Amino acid sequence: MNRKWIVLGVLALSGLVLAACGGAPAYDCTDAIGCVNIAPGDPIHIAYAFVTSGANSTLGLDTKYGAELAIDDKGGELLGHPIKFDGQDSGCSAEGGTAAATKLAADSTIVAVIGTNCSSEAVPGVPILWDAGISVVSPSNTAPYLTDPNLRVLGYFRTAHNDTVQGAAAAHYVFEELGVTKAAAMHDGGPYTEALANVFAQNFQGLGGTITAVEAVSPGDTDMKPALTRVAAGNPELVYFPVFVAEGGFICAQFRDVPGLENTLMMGADGIFTPDFVKACGANVIGMHWSSPDFSAFGSGYADLVEKYKTKYNVTGTLAPFHAHSYDAFNIIAAAIEKVAVVDSDGTVHIGRQALRDAIQATTDFKGVTGNLTCSENGDCADPKLAVYEMKDQAEFDAAVAGTMPKVPVWKQAE
Amino acid sequence: MIKFRGRRLELTDFMMFFIGGSIVILVVVGSASTLVAGKYTARQWIDLIVYGITLGSIYALIALGYTLVYGILRMINFAHSEVFMAGPFTAYFLADALGKSGFLDRYLVVSLISILLLSVAVSMTVAVLLERIAYRPLRFAPRLVPLITAVGASFFLQYFFRGLYGPNIKVYPEVEALKGGLEIGAFNITNIQIVVILAAALMMAGQTVFIQRTRIGKAMRAVSEDKQVAALMGINVDRIIMYTFMIGGALAGAAGVLYALMFKQVYYIMGFIPSIKAFTAAVLGGIGNVPGAMLGGLFLGLAESVGPNLFLDGLGIPAPYQLKDAISFTLLVLVLIFRPSGILGERLAEAKS
Amino acid sequence: MQTSLASSKTSLRAGLESGLRFGLIGGLVAIAIALQGMIQAFSVRDILSGILSMSQSVLLLAYFAMAYLAIRRADASEPSSMLAAGALCGLVAGLLLDLLIWVGGFVELGSVFINATPQLYDLLTFNQGLAVGSLIQPLLAVGAGLAAAVMQLIPPRVRRPLSVGLTTIIALGFFQDWTVRTVDNTPATLRFLLRPVSGVLYAGNGMSLAGAGVAFLLVAGLNFLSGRRRRAASNAASKPSPARARVRRTAGIAGIILLLLLLPILLGIENSEILDNVGMFIIMGLGLNIVVGFAGLLDLGYVAFFAIGAYTVGVLTSPELGRAVIIQNWWVALPFSLIAVVLAGVLLGVPVLRMRGDYLAIVTLGFGEIIRLLAGSDLLKSYLGGAQGTRSIARPDIGPIQFGLHEIHLPLLGAVRLQFQHEFYYLFLVGCVLTIFIAVRLKNSRLGRAWMAVREDEDVAQAMGINLVATKLLAFAMGALFGGLAGAIYASKLGSIFPSSFNFLISINVLAVIIVGGMGSIPGVVVGALALVGLPELTREFADFRYLLYGAVLVMMMLTRPEGLWPEARRRLELHEEELLSEGTPAPALAES
Repeated sequence: MNRKWIVLGVLALSGLVLAACGGAPAYDCTDAIGCVNIAPGDPIHIAYAFVTSGANSTLGLDTKYGAELAIDDKGGELLGHPIKFDGQDSGCSAEGGTAAATKLAADSTIVAVIGTNCSSEAVPGVPILWDAGISVVSPSNTAPYLTDPNLRVLGYFRTAHNDTVQGAAAAHYVFEELGVTKAAAMHDGGPYTEALANVFAQNFQGLGGTITAVEAVSPGDTDMKPALTRVAAGNPELVYFPVFVAEGGFICAQFRDVPGLENTLMMGADGIFTPDFVKACGANVIGMHWSSPDFSAFGSGYADLVEKYKTKYNVTGTLAPFHAHSYDAFNIIAAAIEKVAVVDSDGTVHIGRQALRDAIQATTDFKGVTGNLTCSENGDCADPKLAVYEMKDQAEFDAAVAGTMPKVPVWKQAE
Repeated sequence: MIKFRGRRLELTDFMMFFIGGSIVILVVVGSASTLVAGKYTARQWIDLIVYGITLGSIYALIALGYTLVYGILRMINFAHSEVFMAGPFTAYFLADALGKSGFLDRYLVVSLISILLLSVAVSMTVAVLLERIAYRPLRFAPRLVPLITAVGASFFLQYFFRGLYGPNIKVYPEVEALKGGLEIGAFNITNIQIVVILAAALMMAGQTVFIQRTRIGKAMRAVSEDKQVAALMGINVDRIIMYTFMIGGALAGAAGVLYALMFKQVYYIMGFIPSIKAFTAAVLGGIGNVPGAMLGGLFLGLAESVGPNLFLDGLGIPAPYQLKDAISFTLLVLVLIFRPSGILGERLAEAKS
Repeated sequence: MQTSLASSKTSLRAGLESGLRFGLIGGLVAIAIALQGMIQAFSVRDILSGILSMSQSVLLLAYFAMAYLAIRRADASEPSSMLAAGALCGLVAGLLLDLLIWVGGFVELGSVFINATPQLYDLLTFNQGLAVGSLIQPLLAVGAGLAAAVMQLIPPRVRRPLSVGLTTIIALGFFQDWTVRTVDNTPATLRFLLRPVSGVLYAGNGMSLAGAGVAFLLVAGLNFLSGRRRRAASNAASKPSPARARVRRTAGIAGIILLLLLLPILLGIENSEILDNVGMFIIMGLGLNIVVGFAGLLDLGYVAFFAIGAYTVGVLTSPELGRAVIIQNWWVALPFSLIAVVLAGVLLGVPVLRMRGDYLAIVTLGFGEIIRLLAGSDLLKSYLGGAQGTRSIARPDIGPIQFGLHEIHLPLLGAVRLQFQHEFYYLFLVGCVLTIFIAVRLKNSRLGRAWMAVREDEDVAQAMGINLVATKLLAFAMGALFGGLAGAIYASKLGSIFPSSFNFLISINVLAVIIVGGMGSIPGVVVGALALVGLPELTREFADFRYLLYGAVLVMMMLTRPEGLWPEARRRLELHEEELLSEGTPAPALAES
């Protein structure tokens, strides 16, 4: 695309101009976009764009904690400089993403950004950040179109898996492993859940199964029984509801009370694979399945990570499933920084923005907590190992209420 | 010149009839095709109706709070959602402690009553503080000013309680005695639903008796008719208004506990959507009208519960429950087209707004 | 003398009673602040680097404010009673906070109140432990209380510059991040000048003592001198000649126009984004102002028009929905969008013609919700994109002028990087000017007067011959037009739209903007948008407490200034009628409103 070259050329020019007029030290920055120059003693500024307030704030907090733990493990410093980690609240909406990205783009000290949480934030937000030369690694964006070759922004990467992968894995498990031929799906009208439910439905039908109904509830709904009654009318053997904790809790708690669903299986996704959901549902949850990243396949560091998480933040269990992805996202950035940074004799660090981006792109076989990460040319760095978990009995239920979800999946996606 | 109800019919009347008529036709066609297709058994329809009545009872209780305040102050108390939330959210801690220690199951009635009392107390306090701090100084201001104040108070209270207790969802403990249900012929109703419907009916009856029979109730009615004349008659208007908010708050707190027992999840924005629904219910039944609020609540609950299956499914609309709120509002428009003051109309003459 | 002794005694008692009362309230406020988590959240930032943390400043402000109220309410005139009131207020407040610390030391409050952690108590006692630490808060509070009293005692000539200076320091301290970022993003020459200033002002986490001192002296001094000059001018009783006055006015207007044109460049990308949002709410506010302010129709579903405007443009220009015909030019799609939204306005208007007041409100609210639900529904997914929304919406490029990154060189200001946030500012500016123009013309037209007649009393208006139907429908249509325009620009700026963005809160926010600004008043809408949309953006870094603050500000604004920030003259008269009459002020002529 011609515009890309024009933009790069302009950025290069502006980079040179800024470097000349900005009173920078006599370092000759040859980077195509520009350099971040960090004087001795100054911090290396890495920022986040997470949902830290509002209804989905547990997701934002979880990913923030993951990154903070990664910083702790590095001793809080990189290349002899302290790490400054702060950021903006992105609000899980397009305008929130825009506002957060604009603020971050206005700060020329930021080297890279870990974010965003919701895919709707990334769509307008990531181009703004990349226009400022800031590379972005997302720990929890799952929408497929973000790494579509036609739509992808050069500076964007993610360590989270793709929705298409999870929905397909779930469909495969349900049809092949459980032998279910009639299933129903429910979502809550939000982009993440709707995509997942529909991917599941399409794959399931492609395998030969029948989808009896795709039903939707709205966030904030409390009485799910009418919707469940409609789902029951089709006599499904399993209902897949990849929603979030609030709605999922209601669905699960009211499920067995609906005539026709007494023996139907329940299945959810990673959004509700948390102790909060188990508590909300109650004993009904025994026998339920979840599709989720395969936590057992995470590297040996994962168990330690969870322990540190629980201790440092004084919680009984992790808040959401993406802390490990955030941990890896930070480490990928840190590794790339260490690779491309030029350190002067007096300790000044120079980081070229284009070089940083290229280094992240070149990440191959990186041993992260979530697996061996290799960034594809479209920005997917995840090593998507999906699995299915089940709450088999009372013992697992009690453990979950106390803060530990089942550790061993009942099925793993074959590589 | 065509006359209808003493008014000349104009183009817009025809348009309104057209709109109203089309909605009715769509509803009838949709219902017919659903029933003909026979997708749902009679049993399921009855279940749906029971769900609707239960949900509607909760809406009705919250709507009562709205209607009371509106009847007296002519203002929409947007912060009522937070009055509704504050009680059960605070009472959660008591419920949790009782549940964990086993008291909840051993001394069921005492525990439930104490939870109820705490919730009612907190909700009443919030309501009274709200009136004192935010509404009383603005009693004679144009209508929109208290509305914005209420909105501001609503935001404030939401985030205040979020700051106090945290953003996570708190789950009420399971009450053993309330599990399970009854089967009465084709009927299938859970214990909790029975409790909710009965409690709601009791509270609404008590409320009506209170307003109609007691002195304070009479004073309230007087104040809602005309504040200045009531003051001239020796009624302490400020005190009566405070009582109104107290009762509205108490009802909201009680509704909150019922809600929490039934749905189990409480968190800081739990009041937002139920209160919009409740407000709709109050309008549907006729604002300022207490039996109207009850009726409106039930109507709304039924529309949400039965509606999507009944009308939309037959029209071939995918995921009909997604649009259940659209149904509620469309039915509201329908009702207001043919009965502009709500189902039971306003108690007073159609007031100029 | 006997009487003065007696009066000073009652004054003292009144002061002490008031101090006690407000001290109790202040203590509760301080406890609330602590339990909200503000102490921990703000402890990472300082107002005066290393000396005064932001969290302690919040507490000091609270003590000060309470003491101030205590003194004012007590109506005490004796200095001793003022000091006593302030001191007692502070003492009581501080002791109540101590109660929290003491109770928290023995009872595990953290299982109920999530912010009641040991860290909180440490911060409150400045890590001095329970015994010594409990003295700190009451001491600080008493100090603040006395300061409040002193502030009331010093002559206004000194008080004003003092308070202006202090407010400036506090603002600079709170908004350090924003200030530094803004300075960093100004054009080259300005940056060259301002960077050293911000370097002196701030040191690390907060302001440097020297910088704060200099800033305070500067601002206070300027204020003092300008106060002197104003007093001298009013004494001189000399007025500039009319010609001179006219020259001054034209120069002023020219200056303002120049400033408006340069604003995004001067303030940088972040503030341009904020100004874009302000502009959007100005356009929407003007539209709702027509419906609610002029015609008196309470519309709680205004977001529907915003959504329809945005979705029409999105659907017509986005290649992602798999449609055969795609309009690539936003400007071509715009008229379709406006037509669609006007039709929607009429469609909404018809059923609600006979509805009054709050029935109207709830139906319009429902309409807004219906539009949002339909936009995100599975039913219309193939047309509107469903829950996934629509992306790749066209930018408003005009021929060779493309929206995107541009490097330009300006005289005096140097190299400037223009991005789409800046460019959209100009589009919004044009939109605002256009809508203001239309709104002013409408207001002073027959239609505008018809609207106001309908607002005041429908039946009388009808009796006077106004066609209610046409008037109301036109109000909805015009309101919808502006809402749709705002939506169309919004969709283009974001490049993508999601149904969840078009929720009830937007309707409420637009309503708040026009009421806080002054209902029916056009400059009021601009001021309201700046206050309610612009200012909260600055507080985004205090993420969790933003809405708390927003709600509190709304309530306080309505309690203190219900007519709005820039009200119509008529409105102010209505609301403060009794005050004005009792003061003996003759009612201003109502020719201009």
